[in-house]
Amino acid sequence: MYHKEKSIQIKNSASALYNNLCVLRIAPRRLTYFTVVHANVVNMVSASWDGLNYSHRQLQSKEPNVATSTSLIMQAAFCVLTSRDLLVVTSQKGIQMYESDGSIMVYWHALETPETPTEQAVFARGISGVWENYICVGVSSGAMLVFDIPSKGSNITLSEVLHEHSESITDMASECSGSQECIANLVTADDVGNLCVWKSGEEFQLLNKIPGFDMSCSSVKLWKGTVVAGYGTGQIRLYEAVTGILHAEVNAHARWIYSLDIAPFSGLLLSAAEDSLVRVWHLTMTPETNSVEIAHLHNECVTDTQICGAKFCDGDGYAFAVTGYDLSEIIRYVQS
Amino acid sequence: MSVRTLPLVFINLGGEMLYILDQRLRAHNTSEDNSEKVMNDIVSTLFSKSFMDELLKPQKLYSHRTMKTVLTRIAHTSIMRLNPASMDRLYELMVMAFKYQVFLCPRPKDLLLITYNHMDTIREFVKDTPAVVNHVDETHRKIIEVYSSLPEGEFQLLRQTLLIFFQNMHVRVSTFIKNKIQNPNGRFVLTTSGPVPHGTDVPGLIRTFDNKGKEVRRSEFPTGGSYTSPVREGSFELHGQRVLRLGLNMYTVDHPEETHTSKTHKFSQHTKGDDSPNLLAKEELNLLARLMGSMKVDSVPRVETRFRINLFNTDQEEEQAEASGGAVGSSFDVINIQAMQDEQAATQLAQIAGQFEEHAEKPETHSVNKGDDLLAMMDDL
Repeated sequence: MYHKEKSIQIKNSASALYNNLCVLRIAPRRLTYFTVVHANVVNMVSASWDGLNYSHRQLQSKEPNVATSTSLIMQAAFCVLTSRDLLVVTSQKGIQMYESDGSIMVYWHALETPETPTEQAVFARGISGVWENYICVGVSSGAMLVFDIPSKGSNITLSEVLHEHSESITDMASECSGSQECIANLVTADDVGNLCVWKSGEEFQLLNKIPGFDMSCSSVKLWKGTVVAGYGTGQIRLYEAVTGILHAEVNAHARWIYSLDIAPFSGLLLSAAEDSLVRVWHLTMTPETNSVEIAHLHNECVTDTQICGAKFCDGDGYAFAVTGYDLSEIIRYVQS
Repeated sequence: MSVRTLPLVFINLGGEMLYILDQRLRAHNTSEDNSEKVMNDIVSTLFSKSFMDELLKPQKLYSHRTMKTVLTRIAHTSIMRLNPASMDRLYELMVMAFKYQVFLCPRPKDLLLITYNHMDTIREFVKDTPAVVNHVDETHRKIIEVYSSLPEGEFQLLRQTLLIFFQNMHVRVSTFIKNKIQNPNGRFVLTTSGPVPHGTDVPGLIRTFDNKGKEVRRSEFPTGGSYTSPVREGSFELHGQRVLRLGLNMYTVDHPEETHTSKTHKFSQHTKGDDSPNLLAKEELNLLARLMGSMKVDSVPRVETRFRINLFNTDQEEEQAEASGGAVGSSFDVINIQAMQDEQAATQLAQIAGQFEEHAEKPETHSVNKGDDLLAMMDDL
């Protein structure tokens, strides 16, 4: 179904962090951006579609005007909003927002860190752009920061702080089908597997809370009102977002799942785990019976590698890219 | 990232160090008495209450240089001596072994079982000295108290922090290659077969439910691997069957060449270091000072002759390794903090170094940077 294509070499190897690959397709310029986190650096590669040009850039996690600071980065993700795209980088010190090509930092938000280190680590993790012009970021305390993003410029403001999770946020995702009909447009996940379903707005509304089973949910997606969640046990679960009804449960991987992705136009699902396997699935919705089904399509094994990021490169799922711990390349696969 | 890594780092790296030293001591036909003394001295320093209390404070994991300096100091609280080249090789072996264990750890929580395996074996080494066994037991109880209740997500964060620390290290260890747990390119073998971790179901099953929660269909999919049910869970108590074999002694007495290492040809690039080293180095120096200060050192000068342990086959090999400048930190392509540019900090460290000088005799140093780099001086202690 898929075959391996030429890999993209990156400047350093990927760190073992959840969802450690982000892809942004810039159709007008026939380019795709990839971001991979290595310790305190974000490696950005801009790849032309003809495969001839690659340019690299590295972003460090730095507080502005503080020469000495550098902290470990937890995640980097592109947020696609109606009026603009931003690259958000979360670290132990705070949250940075850049223009999507990584050229200019437009916003810095410092996390509150206690004077003396406490037993609980402090960091930001979990990033999502939400309709219409919000960016949500999770914090290790379980808090969620909601930022209001203007259509251009750097006048970004903190709109709300939400306190529904009591454990560290792991990942969050917005409704990716493009449909305006879905009531819920954001799902957030935490380290004990609790899922919160939200409706965005001036004041975010909590629509549903799906309890976890004491196992970290490391990656989550939301598509056509269905939450797809990946867990540390290697299981994938499909829930109806607003009601919390469990549609399906898959014993998908033998180790901790690190990344999930959905190709919104085709309903293809990608799952990747520490067990060195990437799996491609297909989701089908049957509105009449209000059922969701998941079928397995394909496996790829990245030998001896604990995978930490896997993303489709386009909305149909024609191609996908993979990163692994200690690997200095982005591996690509294309449909045969 | 996690602020609770240090106790586990030191117990596991310390454990690996003891496994290797034990093998080398026997290979050198060291007397029973001397061997026992070396093990007892190192174990009692490593597991001393003051040192462990320092480690248990929430703090971040610093560079390899700091870890190596402290571990060298611990090794030298015994009557045994290691030249810088041997210490470098020892550190490489220790770190690669721990990296292997952390990488293959089935569940993040199993990091504790790996740690307990090390502690169980260490207890065996010092079983004839009850006072030292006591130190180990006390530490074990402390670890159980602090770590047992942590959720899996926290352990995974701890594991991820350790994996960043080990990143880009691909030193080939001959015993690993021989046992087929490491590839010739330095990367560890990850199989897609065998038992799944406790709490995970064997992959391959899809269950579909209706709106009432009733299962309406089951189907299977090909997993591309051959997985089996989990084995029984190991014990997290003070004593018990750990079941997991990671963390047990991988070296045997009969094959000293097992501790041979070789670097892979392709060196990964240096991560961009911090632009302004001084302040960051200060934080790290503070940790170093606290750790060194918390180590119990005999104030009475020892009368016994010290003896040297060699991690190479011959003294000549060791000298060659040192002369080639391969020693002192250059083999590690990890985040390198350029310390020692701050004169005040350098003086502070000189004072600390002075406190631990047990005798007037200064060991010979081959290092060209003698006097320039105080941390290198401490490596010679």
